Amino acid sequence: MSLLNNLINGISLGSVYAIIALGYTMVYGIAKMLNFAHGDVIMVGAYICFFATGQFGLPPVVGVILAMVVCTVLGVVIERLAYKPLRQAPSLAVLITAIGVSYFLQNSALLLWKSDPKSFTSVVGKGSFKLFDGQLTITHVALVTVVACIVIMLALTWFTGNTKMGKAMRACSEDKGAALLMGIDVNRTISMTFAIGSALAAIAGALYCSTYPTLMPTTGSLPGIKAFTAAVFGGIGSIPGAMLGGILLGVIEIFAKAFNTQISDAVVFAVLIIVLLVKPAGLLGKTVREKV
Amino acid sequence: MSSRVKNKQPTKMVPVPSHSIIPERDIDKAPILECQHLGIDFGGLTAVNDFNLTVGRTEIAGLIGPNGAGKTTVFNLLTKVYQPTRGTILLDGKDTHGMNTVQVNRAGIARTFQNIRLFDKLTVEDNVKIGLHNQIRYPMWSGVLRLPSYWKKEKLAHESAMELLHIFDMEDLANHQAGSLPYGAQRRLEIVRALATNPSLLLLDEPAAGMNPSETADLMENILKIRDTFQIAIMLIEHDMSLVMGICEGICVLNFGQVIAKGTPAEIQANPKVIEAYLGSQKKEG
Amino acid sequence: MKKLTPSRKRLINNSITYGMVIAAFVIIQIMKAGGMLSSSLQGLLVPICAYVTMAIALNLVVGISGELSLGHAGFMSVGAFSGMVFNIAMQSAIPVAPLRLLCAMLVGAVFAGIAGVIVGVPVLRLRGDYLAIVTLAFGEIIKNIINILYIGVDENGLHFSTQNEAALGLAEGGKAILKGPLGVTTNVKLSTFTAGFILVLVAITVVLNLVNSRTGRAVMALRDNRIAAESVGIGATKYKLIAFVTSAVLAGAAGALYAMNYSSVAAKQFDFNASILILVFVVLGGLGNIRGSIIAAALLYVLPELLRDFYDFRMLIYAIVLILVMLATNNPTFKQFFGGLFARLGRGSRKGGAQE
Repeated sequence: MSLLNNLINGISLGSVYAIIALGYTMVYGIAKMLNFAHGDVIMVGAYICFFATGQFGLPPVVGVILAMVVCTVLGVVIERLAYKPLRQAPSLAVLITAIGVSYFLQNSALLLWKSDPKSFTSVVGKGSFKLFDGQLTITHVALVTVVACIVIMLALTWFTGNTKMGKAMRACSEDKGAALLMGIDVNRTISMTFAIGSALAAIAGALYCSTYPTLMPTTGSLPGIKAFTAAVFGGIGSIPGAMLGGILLGVIEIFAKAFNTQISDAVVFAVLIIVLLVKPAGLLGKTVREKV
Repeated sequence: MSSRVKNKQPTKMVPVPSHSIIPERDIDKAPILECQHLGIDFGGLTAVNDFNLTVGRTEIAGLIGPNGAGKTTVFNLLTKVYQPTRGTILLDGKDTHGMNTVQVNRAGIARTFQNIRLFDKLTVEDNVKIGLHNQIRYPMWSGVLRLPSYWKKEKLAHESAMELLHIFDMEDLANHQAGSLPYGAQRRLEIVRALATNPSLLLLDEPAAGMNPSETADLMENILKIRDTFQIAIMLIEHDMSLVMGICEGICVLNFGQVIAKGTPAEIQANPKVIEAYLGSQKKEG
Repeated sequence: MKKLTPSRKRLINNSITYGMVIAAFVIIQIMKAGGMLSSSLQGLLVPICAYVTMAIALNLVVGISGELSLGHAGFMSVGAFSGMVFNIAMQSAIPVAPLRLLCAMLVGAVFAGIAGVIVGVPVLRLRGDYLAIVTLAFGEIIKNIINILYIGVDENGLHFSTQNEAALGLAEGGKAILKGPLGVTTNVKLSTFTAGFILVLVAITVVLNLVNSRTGRAVMALRDNRIAAESVGIGATKYKLIAFVTSAVLAGAAGALYAMNYSSVAAKQFDFNASILILVFVVLGGLGNIRGSIIAAALLYVLPELLRDFYDFRMLIYAIVLILVMLATNNPTFKQFFGGLFARLGRGSRKGGAQE
């Protein structure tokens, strides 16, 4: 039963990773950049949600929606100010800038909200279902997380496949120049991608902190990096890939934790390294050939 | 390929034919390169199929064809930028199967690129010295500790680089940054860099692209000079027919990844298939 | 003015770099002798040397080789802990402090070099962002491993464990050196400013001499155009690995020097933040610019320590500066703006002389 319990915890954690990974994968697919600051947007989302529900006593749903709004604006502003001027720059420069943005968010949070950990109140409540005479526990949070992840993935798949903006996104990810010539507003499309990714980050922040309630300015960075790992694992640029990678990574992490808490992160990163070496394009990704 | 035939009156359908400027001479036609049934698929698309070609030891061979015919892909196959799906490549009788780009270069194939690929931030001289990488060698620690071998080999590298730059009279540009050179000079530098690797087969991908007629004329003479001085085979892709017809002893025409004609400039100019490939079918549809 | 040849310009440039470091050393020694240096500042001298060396080492990877490493603190950590274990274990065998320091730094360099090979062989096959993220992962793995590692010494030699101190099974008179998350708490301080100065000189010599040699040209060729470099017979993995491992070796020596300045060192000191700090030094000093790295590392390490009030804002300001420098060097509009600004500033201080 502990095996099954671990599996459920793993899928729940993995679903959070999957939601974050969706943000990474969309931005990477379209803007061809690793948005290092994505993890810190999660942190900001969690703080907004924390203050909205805790300090101002707003209902959890309103808290999450408020967090989504703030993060969306934040994501778009970051893109405009820091990334947009570097569209033509080498990827090294963009990555260093993204690291700068990540540090900026973390340290702003540190100054604004101090380093002492806040205890996050779950947006779903503390209840749980007990099955098999209480041997198997499924918390409401876990259930909501998994459902949210599935809903988001289906919605995104539909969005990219069927809406005009979704098709524009796919066009931009294939070839920005050609998309521009076809009358697609590439800048607007990239902004939209950042908006969606950041809104998802807010949801992920609220759900992550509902399971792991310690909220600090550095809360977002590790899940952020792991979610990127998940996105790479599943094949960057692929929406089902992000989901698959996220859930697999969550399960691996929880089982590694059950084995030895100290080295669970090391195991997760080892998985990343092995995946990149064996299948650099990830599980569901496709290899791109450099034109000579 | 068959021997050079004296230039005849050009067939009027073929674009810009011209006089051969090669003086009468014997060329070594013992094969340096043999491609047999070479082919590659990208996904479901067959980019090059059943490519057979033999290039002689001191022959200048042209590879022509409409845009997208697969010419650069052939170069990429020869230099193993892409691994061929089918067929064999023999360089000086040795199978290059399983080799990578680096090993192929060491075996004797050097190339230039259609979209110029220089080491932009380094000087012209350094670009050539990088070409000399496998010719003038000394160990890493000799460089770090500045042992006598460092000074000796660096001096040699400098002299060799200057000698190579002299082919195109580019010694004056040695201290310039490669990326800041004018277009034509960048193309010439790429050739010098490729020559520095001491190849037995030199692949030139559109060497005259972006050059004006007088630059092209100089280039033609220089290509001949390179062949005569270094006694190597040269294979070139070029859209400038005056250059191709002027200096190539053998020409291979590619269309849709297939060889549609092989022969001397005169034969190619008279070949109806080539004319069709360039100008479209004479027959009206329907 | 007569135009200088690149080799001549290089000679002058390198002389300025060496001269600057030597002059700084002499001035600080005089100030120390004259009692003009506060004790807190004196305590910073060795860490400054360590971080200057780290910046030079990282510049070799990021600036010269063109690959972003986000895990260089990991190599520093390997050097620090292997150096400390050697130091404590060999305390009685090598009683002469400077000799033991030298040996400890060599041990740190060798172990970090081995770690560099282990990390580099698989990682350097990757490109761009993936390479950066995997070096980050390796940095975290190294930290994790040291966090669960216990090392002790007795008359039978070294003992290792991943459980706890008791599992080391030390004989009578043996002592635990590395105690998992606690790190090393009984280190014998050995580092001196002179040792740090020599390490910095060695690092400069190695990197500058490497850059201006056949090997360095191959590394830069791969940075500028990988496909072209391979087409002239330069193997990517070999030369990327040479740059990476050389950098790791220097980082290891710097780590050992840094650790020998403290009696207690824990693995969490060499986390991702430390890697980023070094990256900030390199980026601000200019990618590929060794002298810039030295100045940036020394200034940025001292400034926040001097201005204590400013400490909380340190990382925030670093972050902003990092973003601004990237925008200023990579965006045409910004470039023009800053270019004009610097030109105006330059005209104020100098007469005409063109900026290299």
